[in-house]
Amino acid sequence: MTNAKTFLSPGRVLVYALLLAAAAFFLLPLYAMLVTSFKDVEEIRTSQLLALPQGLNWRAWVVAWSEACTGVDCNGLRPFFWNSLSMTVPAVLISTVWGALNGYVLSLWKFRGSDTLFSLLLFGVFMPFQVVLLPMSQVLGWLGLSSSIAGLVLVHCLAGLAGTTLFFRNYYSAIPAELLKAARMDGAGFWQIFWRIVLPLSTPIVMVTLIWQFTNIWNDFLFGVVFSGTDSKPITVGLNNLANTSSSVKAYNVDMAAAIIAGLPTMLIYAIAGKFFVRGLTAGAVKG
Amino acid sequence: MKKMASSLEIASINKRFGKGEKSVEVLSHIDIQVAPGEFLILVGPSGCGKSTLLNIIAGLDEPTEGEVRIGGRNVVGMPARDRDIAMVFQSYALYPTMSVADNIGFALEMRKMPRPERQQRIAEVAAMLQITHLLDRRPSQLSGGQRQRVAMGRALARQPQLFLFDEPLSNLDAKLRVEMRAEIKRLHLASGITSVYVTHDQVEAMTLGSRIAVMKDGVVQQLGTPDEIYNHPANTYVATFIGSPTMNLLRGETVDGQFCTRGVKLDLAGPGAANEVLLGVRPEHLLLRDDAPFRGQVSVVEPTGPDTYVVVDTPAGTVTLRTDAQVRVRPGDAVGLALEARHAHWFDAASEARL
Repeated sequence: MTNAKTFLSPGRVLVYALLLAAAAFFLLPLYAMLVTSFKDVEEIRTSQLLALPQGLNWRAWVVAWSEACTGVDCNGLRPFFWNSLSMTVPAVLISTVWGALNGYVLSLWKFRGSDTLFSLLLFGVFMPFQVVLLPMSQVLGWLGLSSSIAGLVLVHCLAGLAGTTLFFRNYYSAIPAELLKAARMDGAGFWQIFWRIVLPLSTPIVMVTLIWQFTNIWNDFLFGVVFSGTDSKPITVGLNNLANTSSSVKAYNVDMAAAIIAGLPTMLIYAIAGKFFVRGLTAGAVKG
Repeated sequence: MKKMASSLEIASINKRFGKGEKSVEVLSHIDIQVAPGEFLILVGPSGCGKSTLLNIIAGLDEPTEGEVRIGGRNVVGMPARDRDIAMVFQSYALYPTMSVADNIGFALEMRKMPRPERQQRIAEVAAMLQITHLLDRRPSQLSGGQRQRVAMGRALARQPQLFLFDEPLSNLDAKLRVEMRAEIKRLHLASGITSVYVTHDQVEAMTLGSRIAVMKDGVVQQLGTPDEIYNHPANTYVATFIGSPTMNLLRGETVDGQFCTRGVKLDLAGPGAANEVLLGVRPEHLLLRDDAPFRGQVSVVEPTGPDTYVVVDTPAGTVTLRTDAQVRVRPGDAVGLALEARHAHWFDAASEARL
């Protein structure tokens, strides 16, 4: 076969070798975490960092999930995990829908000053969030949402809105104006055009925004540590507390298991919807 | 599926973009009355304001001044969705995520027509346009001509008071364009719905329109039947815009009752006016006559099949004439040109208006 020759040319071999090396480099920490989480403390001390565990010892995972101490309480990451979930899911959904509506208006129902408004909104994408910490805590106080999950949802919606609006606005700019005109002539109003014409065209960008927002909000530490109360701390704060709670022997296996648990949802999202992410980022024009 | 056709009146429409001194007038004092069932063509070069006028009728744009009356009722300020007007766009603007049937039925659904009635209407329209076999497809699976048919079907299904067409054939290849042109004419005759059709194509204008409004720089240059526009153009702009090849214009004056151009006396009685005039003559009305006093030299011969275009350099400038394919002339030949007085169009050289 002639293909075999081109497939195994020296250039090809080099490219694949480099790619494999890069993949190994980035996957090595994950591998180290995984093998460590299945060892007990004694084994960690005696064996090498990268050595495989003697068996699948789930003890560290159970401790990390429901027994490890995070300060005074010793309930593991479980309560923090549920906090994160009940914060992330509504915040992702609300900020995505909100951004879609903003983008719809800013690109397809332009009004006097809509482009200026969009430029101002872009500041929000580049603004360091440390700047808003104090005013935001003041606002949460006024709204009676301090130290609550609802407050965190609000903060994440507002912080993510500039980004989600940008995504949808740019995507919708590619929708031909005549399509909107046709729908208006056909008797569709603002909401009907959004639901029936625009939203069905939006699957790729909706996937991008959902993944983007989920990753950002789930991984957030700053807002979580500043705006949460005792009962509303997200998992990133829980993981930090777990790792910093001192005991006589450092339980690396529990720390590793806990870190993997904290990162698992975002990894799962990428595994399931990752192909939409790439497709959505490269998708542009809407063909008629 | 015929219903009573509506009249359309465009009354003193002005449209300016911008405010104050920087404002640009794109439509100026447009007055057009369209009788029920009429097919009005708005024709002109790009930027003449014809599409803006169409958008104003549709309700997608508002005039600065003036009224649009449909069936006697002023609709300025009324949202597009309430005007009961259907429009066919140049890009077809089919909804990409809907099937052909849903595209055609969308407007009916928006008007809350019950499903059985809706489906019957879709089936009728599809049969009329011969697209029944395409009803389950998506627009992306259709050819250009098929998309055009669906766009027509979407408009037809609504049985609106008014049809608007915005250069609907511009995206089709030449053969399909001729086919669809005839189809549009047939559908108009069948439905009897008052229509306004925007185009820059003079052939579409001449073949489709019951009346034509020739526009330039936001002003209607002439409004009339195709016959009036072609045979009695109101000014040199209309005269040269309609007709292919373009009408020849020769500058000259009347000397001793005879038209004289660049010292060459044509065997033709000139108009009474003393000042400079323009003689307009269509290529098909210029005749090759060996004994004619107006002479020139053939520079280009263009056979088109049924006719041959002959470009002749004369002392008064280059003229084109259209002759039947039997005539054998070659570049370099010296020829004489003549025309009958009844085919002469006279225009004032300064105002360019018809005399």
